This record gives sequence, C-alpha cells and structure tokens, in this order.
Amino acid sequence: MEKSEIQAKMSELLVEELGLDADKITMDSRFEEDLEVDSLGVVELLMALEDNFGVQIPDEEAEQLTTVGEAVDLVDSKLSG
Amino acid sequence: MNERRVVATGLGAITSLGNGVNTFWSNILAGKSGVSLIEKVDVSDISTKIAAEIKDFDVEEYMPRRHARRMDTSSQYFWVATQQALDDAGIHYEEDDPAALRAGVVAGTGIGGVETFESQFEVLKERGPHRMSPTGIAMIISNMAGGLASIDFNLYGPNTTVVTACAASANAIGDAAEIIKRGAADVMVAGGGEASITRFAVGGFAQARALSTRNDDPEGASRPFDATRDGFVMGEGAAVLVLEEYGHAKARGAHMYGEVLGYGMSADGYHITLPRPGGGGAARAMTAALEDAGMQPGDLDYINAHGTSTPANDKTETSAIKLAFEDSAYGLPISSTKSMTGHLLGAAGAIESLACLLSIRDGILPPTINYAESDPECDLDYVPNEARKVPIRTAMTNSFGFGGHNVSLIFGAVDADA
Repeated sequence: MEKSEIQAKMSELLVEELGLDADKITMDSRFEEDLEVDSLGVVELLMALEDNFGVQIPDEEAEQLTTVGEAVDLVDSKLSG
Repeated sequence: MNERRVVATGLGAITSLGNGVNTFWSNILAGKSGVSLIEKVDVSDISTKIAAEIKDFDVEEYMPRRHARRMDTSSQYFWVATQQALDDAGIHYEEDDPAALRAGVVAGTGIGGVETFESQFEVLKERGPHRMSPTGIAMIISNMAGGLASIDFNLYGPNTTVVTACAASANAIGDAAEIIKRGAADVMVAGGGEASITRFAVGGFAQARALSTRNDDPEGASRPFDATRDGFVMGEGAAVLVLEEYGHAKARGAHMYGEVLGYGMSADGYHITLPRPGGGGAARAMTAALEDAGMQPGDLDYINAHGTSTPANDKTETSAIKLAFEDSAYGLPISSTKSMTGHLLGAAGAIESLACLLSIRDGILPPTINYAESDPECDLDYVPNEARKVPIRTAMTNSFGFGGHNVSLIFGAVDADA
C-alpha cells in the first residue's frame, strides 16, 4: 500500500470511527492537543487501525504516537516490515 | 425557619408523540396514539411486534456526532430533554459559575444502556474481548445519563441515579425535591430516560407475558382499564423537570408550572413482577403522599394513573385508589396517558409528572384512549377517550415498579401566599 493511500485511509478512519471533523485533520495534527482524542479514543483508533490495515499494534507502541503522521508511519512500517 | 418549597420551572420531553413539550401535549390532548409496528429491531420471532417508538429523532440535530456516539440512546434522550428543560427554565451555567455548585441532577432509568449492552455483547461473542468498545461500559451503566448532564450542562451539585424499574423517574423527582427542601441544592434537574425497544428487552418482557400482543391494532393496543386490555405497550423517550426552590425561582422571575406538594413511597413486599392483590401497597404510597402534602383525600383533583393496561395493574390500582381515597374515589377523575405514550418504563413517572403540571396549567385533563368496554373491577372515572376541560389545582401521579416499588407524587398550582 502506498503511503498516500495509508494517509487517506487514516483520515477516513478518524472521521468514521472517532467522529472527528475531516477539515481539522492534517498529518501534523496532535491527537490529544489538536484533535482532543482522549485515552478511550486512542483505543478506538488502535482497533480501527488493526481491523482496517490488518496490522498488530501493541499498547507500548501506541502510547508513543503523538501525531496523525506518526500513526501513518507506524502502519507503513508494519505493512512493509 | 420556613420550610423550603419546590417548584417546577422548566420542562423537556422526547416521546413518540413529539420531540418537545408542546407537540407532546397537543397530541396527548388530541387523544393521539404513539404506538406503531416496531421498526428498530427484528421482532419477527417475538410475540409482540408493537411499541411506541420514536421514529424521527436525529441526535445530530442536538449534538455533534462525535459526542453522540459515546452515548447510549437512553442517555441521548435524557440529554436532549435536559437541554430543553434548562432552556425552558432560562437556566444556563458557565463552568466557573458558583451557582452551578448548587445545581444538581437526579436521573431515573429502568434498564439503562441495554441497547449498547446488546451490541457489545454481540462483539464479545463474535470477535472477542479485544474488539469491545472502550466506551462500552461508560455507555451501559445506568448512572451515565445523569453524569453526562452534569458534564455538559455544568451542574456540579448532588448527582445521583435511581433505578427502581418503572418507578425510577418518579423517585428521581421526589428525591430531587427533597434535596432542595433540605437545602443541599437550589436547582435540580430531575427525570428519566429509557430506550429499551431492543430484542433483549422486548423479548424479555414478552417472555414475562407482560406485553400486549394486539399486533393487528397497534394504536388500540394500550387500553388501560378497558375490559379487553391484554398487557402493556413499551414506549421510549425521556422527560425532565427543572425543579427549583421557590424563593430562588421567584427572585429571578421564573415561570412556575407548579409546586411539588407531596411524595409518598411504599414497598409491596410481595412478588418480583405482580402487584400485591388488593392494592394495599400502592394505597400506602398514595396516602403517604397526601400526608406529606398535608392534604385530605377529598382535596385531590386528578390522578394520572400508572395505568399500564395489564390485567393485574389496572384492577389493583383501582382497588388501591379506593383504599386511599375511600368515598372520594368515585368522584375523582383518573386517566392513563400510557394509552397514548406506551409505557416509558423508567421515564414514565417523569413524563406523567409533566402531564400533571400541564393539566394544572391548562385546566384540562388528558384522556384514557381506547376505552370501550367497562370492566366491573375497574369502575372509576377514567376520563374515557376525550380530554376534559376542568380547572384543577392538584394532581397526583402514580408509578409502580417491578420489585414492588410504589411511588406517588402530588403537584399543585403555585400558591404565592402559602
């Protein structure tokens, strides 16, 4: 999967699964500060990523994620690794 | 010190007869039924296929989707009714308003987030615990409607939830009034929400043989006190009252719908679902409410009955009214708005309290619709089929819950000189 596809899918998931506003989402958006995603929202995101990209993301790796772009990079590395 | 009096200054309602108090009330006075075939869930294998479903509620008209998806439908109904009631009362607290510390919530619900419970239990069975929603528990627990009201409307005072089945929101209103009376708050949001037209709840009530199976005549299915009644019809929705200490309401020039005059409770101590035969338990709740209000049986002008349309409830409630009111029972108009709204379970006491307050305001009693054939065991005045214009000053509502919980509330016109 191309990284641009991952980016597009990531934005879609944030809108569909977390109910975020599409126009607020950029790759630099920080989950907590900019998008107001709380700890429960992070778990929802993890499940959505695992279901939609077919990857496994341990909690320890999820806890390191700050921005949308970092989540895209993590999925990209899992898919290509 | 004078006793603190409690008045209702705001109302909100989400029902099958309208998403707002005015629509609800005009449909009630017109004798309209909110009952129809169930569309929300598959009931093809359940004996009952009818309910008073809310068909036109779009939660995103009231709150962002992001917020709504973390709320069970029962909490969404309560939330919107709370917003309406606070708007109606003209009460809005900013986060740092010290008055918000004196404003609280008592919510009531019968089953809480049963819809979320069912969907999450499916996820658990089909996909395992690691795919369950992280917000599932917070959506299921029965106290969350009250929790959300405090979070979103900045109500930082006492906050509890009553879970007494179909008496829950009557208890909520009575308990909230007592919290104000003892000085622990000046303003209380009180009421109930229920959204249990789900496979689990419809199936469960059907198995208890509690529901009407008059599937070929949905609008005629809820027929309280009629000889051919065959069970209750489930409803859903929410109703909320803003209760306020009289002096607090007067000082800000608030409109007062009525006063909470009396609150009585008792337990049947008899059976998990059936009322105690003869109605002695329910009668004690009514008598306790009269005593709390300092009233004699002959002083009451109207009863909004529990009137579920089950064979057992309606005859037992009739007996109970005769026990409590003795000779006055025969001249006392009694109606069941459940004939139109269905049974809102944990929200029933609140929607029926709202009906009492509006009856006092407008001088008109809601009818018991579908009343056609008299039952020798139900021989009182049930305001059959047509609303009745008659000025009233006091009204009682009865609510009885599985487990034998009996609650009676009395409302009255606000007497400034009292």
